[in-house]
Amino acid sequence: MPERVRVSRRMPPGHVRAPAYLRGKTGVVERALGRFANPEQLAYGLPAGKEPLYRVRFTMAEVWGAAAERPDDTIDAEIFAHWLTPVTERQDAP
Amino acid sequence: MPHDHHDHDHLSPSGHPYRKDQDHPLSYWQTMEIAVRELLVEKGVTSDAEIMAQIDRMDARSPADGARVVARAWTDPEFKARLLADASAASREMGFDIGALRLIAVENTAQVHNVIVCTLCSCYPRNLLGLPPDWYKQRAYRSRVVREPRKVLREFGLELPDDVTVRIHDSTADMRYIVLPRRPDGTEGMDEAALAALVTRDAMIGVGVARMPG
Repeated sequence: MPERVRVSRRMPPGHVRAPAYLRGKTGVVERALGRFANPEQLAYGLPAGKEPLYRVRFTMAEVWGAAAERPDDTIDAEIFAHWLTPVTERQDAP
Repeated sequence: MPHDHHDHDHLSPSGHPYRKDQDHPLSYWQTMEIAVRELLVEKGVTSDAEIMAQIDRMDARSPADGARVVARAWTDPEFKARLLADASAASREMGFDIGALRLIAVENTAQVHNVIVCTLCSCYPRNLLGLPPDWYKQRAYRSRVVREPRKVLREFGLELPDDVTVRIHDSTADMRYIVLPRRPDGTEGMDEAALAALVTRDAMIGVGVARMPG
């Protein structure tokens, strides 16, 4: 998993643990946590595959833009790999 | 007169408002919980005694357990290193029965202040600290602390210097978090038990800092 990642913007129904306020946002992998049962299946009693989970660090500037209270404060969240895509070069969020 | 006359219907003889009782019918999910629990007991999957024992175990946990872990980390650098590497293993090493809890300890320094939240629900390191405070589960804290943490911390009475970075930790999946607060100045001669008394629940969530001695 490369260092810089972007959270998918998709908004599917169901039990999703990638918080909506971080979707479409780019962050840096803080650490890999190992593989955990996918909550999107687990929540419904379905056979749940084990997916890699990462702690991703976002700046307040990235999450809240100009409304950020302090641009360089951060939010760390656990995001499953299937919600992340690598970002090869610095791209500002549209 | 301490109270307006028209309020008397809502006040007890001591002058305090009556607290509403739970006279409403069971909700759908309360009924569901009772039905599932009774079925599990009836089919021998669990027992009333086992459920009571589990409730007792959870009620026995308290922030004092986490405070002992913090005090050990303040006095034993090798334990602190193990805590920061694997907080679950370090807590078990001290004899705490934390079940399947996967705990990460985040350390406050002169440059960094950490704060814990669960924006999606109410994830909390219950197996070490016991049940969370009510405000931790409420929408106001959960939605605001990721957006304006410094303002929220100020409301808790904590003013952070400008050169300190705030790191919010949103417990979105399988990990739970505990803040390792900074050891207060003037505590050099204190033993582990005395130090643990300085560690508050709020300091381990990150909305406060450890108490000053004395």
